[in-house]
Amino acid sequence: MKSVIYVLTALGVIGLAFWAYRENYATQAVLNDTDKLRSEIRASHARLAVLRAEWAFQNRPERLRDLAELNFDRLQLLPLHPDQFGAVDEVQMPTPDLLPITESVDVSTMNAEDPL
Amino acid sequence: MIRTPLRPLARILSARAKGENPDAIENQNRRIRHEQMRDHDRSRAEGRLLVLGVCFFCAFCVVGARMGLLAVSEPMEPRAHAPGSIIANTRADIVDRNGRILATNLDTHALYAQPPQMIDREGAAKKLVGIFPDLDEKRLIKDFTGKRKFLWVKKKISPEQMQAVHDIGEPGLLFAPRDMRLYPNGRLAAHVMGGASFGREGVRAAEVIGVAGAEKYFDDYLRDPANAGKPLELSLDLSVQAAAEEVLEGGMKLMNAKGATSILMDVHTGEIVSVASLPSFDPNKRPRPATQGDPSDSPLFNRSVQGVYELGSTFKIFAAAQAMELGLVNANTMINTAGPMKVGGHTIGEFKNHNYGTISVSQIIEKSSNRGTGRLALMIGKERQQEFLRDLGLFERTPFEIVEASGGRPLLPKRYTDLSAVTISYGHGISTTAMHLAAGYAAIANGGRAVKPTLRKQSGPQLGPRVMRADVAAASRRMLRDVVVGKNGTASFGEVPGYFVAGKTGTADKPKARGGYYKDKTITTFASMFPAHDPRYVLIVTLDEPVETSSGKPRRTAGWTAVPIAAEMIRRVAPLLGMRPAIEPAGVAGITLTSSN
Repeated sequence: MKSVIYVLTALGVIGLAFWAYRENYATQAVLNDTDKLRSEIRASHARLAVLRAEWAFQNRPERLRDLAELNFDRLQLLPLHPDQFGAVDEVQMPTPDLLPITESVDVSTMNAEDPL
Repeated sequence: MIRTPLRPLARILSARAKGENPDAIENQNRRIRHEQMRDHDRSRAEGRLLVLGVCFFCAFCVVGARMGLLAVSEPMEPRAHAPGSIIANTRADIVDRNGRILATNLDTHALYAQPPQMIDREGAAKKLVGIFPDLDEKRLIKDFTGKRKFLWVKKKISPEQMQAVHDIGEPGLLFAPRDMRLYPNGRLAAHVMGGASFGREGVRAAEVIGVAGAEKYFDDYLRDPANAGKPLELSLDLSVQAAAEEVLEGGMKLMNAKGATSILMDVHTGEIVSVASLPSFDPNKRPRPATQGDPSDSPLFNRSVQGVYELGSTFKIFAAAQAMELGLVNANTMINTAGPMKVGGHTIGEFKNHNYGTISVSQIIEKSSNRGTGRLALMIGKERQQEFLRDLGLFERTPFEIVEASGGRPLLPKRYTDLSAVTISYGHGISTTAMHLAAGYAAIANGGRAVKPTLRKQSGPQLGPRVMRADVAAASRRMLRDVVVGKNGTASFGEVPGYFVAGKTGTADKPKARGGYYKDKTITTFASMFPAHDPRYVLIVTLDEPVETSSGKPRRTAGWTAVPIAAEMIRRVAPLLGMRPAIEPAGVAGITLTSSN
């Protein structure tokens, strides 16, 4: 009986050692992955920051103003003025042409006499 | 171990034979046995103590070794458990009220040299000068060939320059990563931004610290790692700021002024939507402070919060408002403004020695009568006047959140006499900044509540302590409106169709450094609010030494200089602020909707 317990214990120790060995390597792999991801995130952040800075730099008011002036012939852009405000109901909507009536519908005239 | 019997038979028998007491033998044996037991116990206890001591020693050794190891090792982030740890551990961005970037960081590199590792020292120096023409070749050669083991060559280099240095192929030239503060909008809002530079520098990283403006005021916030990714939101509006600076710069040139400042403030929240001070500078290349000459001539000088000047007649409305608040007068009360008027031995005169006769309080403001407001001030009394102006925040530094604001302390008379009260009622004898004036006018504009100018974006009105009744504020606004549209108003160029501008002009002679006033140098101010019936914004425009020369005769009054600039500014920025003019818009008949998508 005792020897069975010894054998089982020894087997258990071997099994646990194997499990710990594998876990150790799995953990190392995950940590390395995490490091890689983190450095990727860091690089992406840096790239994003550069892009944001670039966007702000390209859209700086001074440059936009110069561009608007350079392209005045094509775009005719002018600074926003108070008299450019308008209400929606002041905008002339194009009146759609009436569609031709192709199929007439008979309706009840309630026995009214045709005046013509 | 074989136990010795207590009464060994052989000895007992022989003792009995000799007639001795056998008990003595037993006692002796018992004693020997006890001594043996005691010795054994002692040695066992000593052994245990030793083992315990060794255990403790080992444990302390481990703890000590670990501490030593931690102390000498480089710090590093925990690898395993740092969920969402600070990856972007950089200075927070600064954005305007709509989230547009005003200041951000850019990765760059610094160049340093380790001469002991260098191979061709003179060649490297020559090539470096080829890349950076501003370096001194002789000095570089001296540094490289001397005893120095380390030196910084360049604090910031561009990627192209870095590649060029790489191409030299010198192992002793090395790069250190740096975070560079970038202001993508260049000179825009330069005085608010201030600037940043490097603090402590290392090979791996360097601190970025604010040196002026909001960068310095909010340095702790911006550097706090907890705020990384949370930009600092300012109350400024980038497009309004750009338009205001453009108009102000054009106006300053047109009026031949030396400097100019404008402040646009939300009257309810106290937010400064735009603040400009000219001449300005590029915060990316912040100039060094001037060591000689008048500091106010330096582009670094922020006229809006550091320029402490007498702002002249713009103060008159405070006297009128207080007199109405105290129930001494109403807008139609007639006041005799005829001269001569002597207070404390000084004669109070009018602009160009006018005599306006007996006119109403409203007309006093419209015509800008010094004697009129002087009489109001005498009715109010100096104590009550001080109290009122203090409540408006005109006696203290403004709490505006840039470091320079703390330097804008108002200059008050040492002894506050009746004469002081009279001169202060028309804006002389008290020197304040334009920011103070903006706060004071905002109180009139918002219906009588004191408001503090702020650079942080606000979520709602400030609702500060009440300094005047709402009806008094409304009556004051009507008076200011008359200054613009009245028959004799001094700000007739200030009207902007649809925006109902109300305001007051102020022209003050510039004081000489050694006392007295210049005859031909003025500070002109137009303090305005719009729309007059329900003001949303206060606009202050101040020009330093303007001259308007279109008619051949030099004109230096605010009505001819600051007012047209303010009007143009309102015309430009009001639509940007989303304010619709209350007029019939012209020229919309031609608009036709041709497609809808």
